[in-house]
Amino acid sequence: MTNKNNKIQQWQNPLIYLLAFSSGFCIMGIELLGGRILAPFFGSSVHIWGSIITVFMLSLSFGYLAGGKLSTKSASLNRYGLIFIFAGIAILPVAFSSEWLMEAIFLAIEDTRYGSLLASMALFFIPTVILGMISPYSVRLLVTDKNKSGQVAGFLYFVSTLGSALGTIITSFYLVLLFEVNNIITVFSSILILLGLSAMVFNRLNQPTGSSECISRQGATNE
Amino acid sequence: MNKLLITFLVSVLSNVLISAALNTQASAETIHSERSLYRNILVEEKRGLRCLKFNVKSAKTQQSCMLADDPQRLVFNYTKMLFASLLVNPNPERILIVGLGGGTMSNSLHQIFPDATITNVEIDPAVIKVARSYFGFFENEKVTSVVQDGRIFVKRAVLKQQKYDWIILDAFNGDYIPEHLMTQEFLQETKALLSDNGVLAANTFSISDLYDVESATYKSVFGDFFNVRNKKNSNRIILTSEKPLPQDSVIAERAKALTTILRPFNVNITEISRYMKSTAIQQDWPKDTRLLTDQYSPANLLNLK
Repeated sequence: MTNKNNKIQQWQNPLIYLLAFSSGFCIMGIELLGGRILAPFFGSSVHIWGSIITVFMLSLSFGYLAGGKLSTKSASLNRYGLIFIFAGIAILPVAFSSEWLMEAIFLAIEDTRYGSLLASMALFFIPTVILGMISPYSVRLLVTDKNKSGQVAGFLYFVSTLGSALGTIITSFYLVLLFEVNNIITVFSSILILLGLSAMVFNRLNQPTGSSECISRQGATNE
Repeated sequence: MNKLLITFLVSVLSNVLISAALNTQASAETIHSERSLYRNILVEEKRGLRCLKFNVKSAKTQQSCMLADDPQRLVFNYTKMLFASLLVNPNPERILIVGLGGGTMSNSLHQIFPDATITNVEIDPAVIKVARSYFGFFENEKVTSVVQDGRIFVKRAVLKQQKYDWIILDAFNGDYIPEHLMTQEFLQETKALLSDNGVLAANTFSISDLYDVESATYKSVFGDFFNVRNKKNSNRIILTSEKPLPQDSVIAERAKALTTILRPFNVNITEISRYMKSTAIQQDWPKDTRLLTDQYSPANLLNLK
């Protein structure tokens, strides 16, 4: 029994790295499509990218803060998976509600600088905050040894930023040539939700299944 | 008769000189260069021919040229071909030009139609400055310029229910195409700005795959249109209107009436009318071609192949 658990257990860290990679991929894919989404209402002037990048950086910074805080209380793979599911859901309005939202902002604000800034906020702030929570939470789940914490964090940044790089190039070089913007967003959302679910399933499989272990676990939590 | 012959000879000679100046790699003098928010802007002069260039020093990226001694004579074939629009609507009173370049089109149109209002929309303020300083671009109570993204200008103009008799889309150069100005949604917005007699002329540089999707997208919004091109050029003018396209006899008649008015600008309208081919007669793209929309608009990637 324990043997089997160990076998599953050894896949936990690769799974976390895969999830971190995918979140990096999706964040930059969405950011890149942001320019496309805003262009019909706010144009493609330089300040459009200013708005988008500002909002992504701002929301990631808040996400890091929130993710770090969240990881201090009973961190688990289960909760980690939930972050992905929430992120996947929070992205969906970008595909399905962006039109009327941008139209309302376009009508209310003449200056395309503030119009695009507000539209970026409305569309991308919440999903990007949630996606930003993933990095610090991953560190919490991966680090077991204080001496190796820097190394673990370094490898995690490597993996997630590599994901971002690939998300940028694959989206801009190939995906926009093949698919509609909304379809790409929907696929990103589905990937995040599926990965979140798989983390939760993995967590369940990984739970000690033997009755004795169950009891001992219960004992531990009761203490 | 003699006078006509002389005019003819002079025009042939100057055309030869212009094309020689455009083609030879002989060193051109750079009289101005700057890096704007959007591009590098170069103004070069060579044998009396002054040209505005964007980005790199290749013939492909020339935006606007003018003869220093004879500023009103139009140099580029595509600017001349834009005048085919007058065969569709001979009396434009409200003109919208998206993409300023050197402003030579605006200047010429003001001379031909002094009473028409001309609105130039240009995203890059540096281009407007260069047009004023080096290409004699002028503004007055009839001619104005607005620094704005073309898409935003059009969207706001639709809200204000403005109408134009002639819309010229000239925001595409050989190197980069603003993708949000290629989509079906943009063309629908632009169509909403056309007056009852309104005509739209788009100067485009599409090749291969983009040619097909661009054509299919225009047709989906406007129905059949005129392709105006001569074989010498990679670009073409797409000419569409609110009303059905005019018959050949009407075009011939209008060309006759316009001949003398346009001659000082080096525009041979009869010759240009021969370059007009309606897509109702010949459609040179596949029927099932995908359309460009705000959701799908990889125009620059499609133009690579």
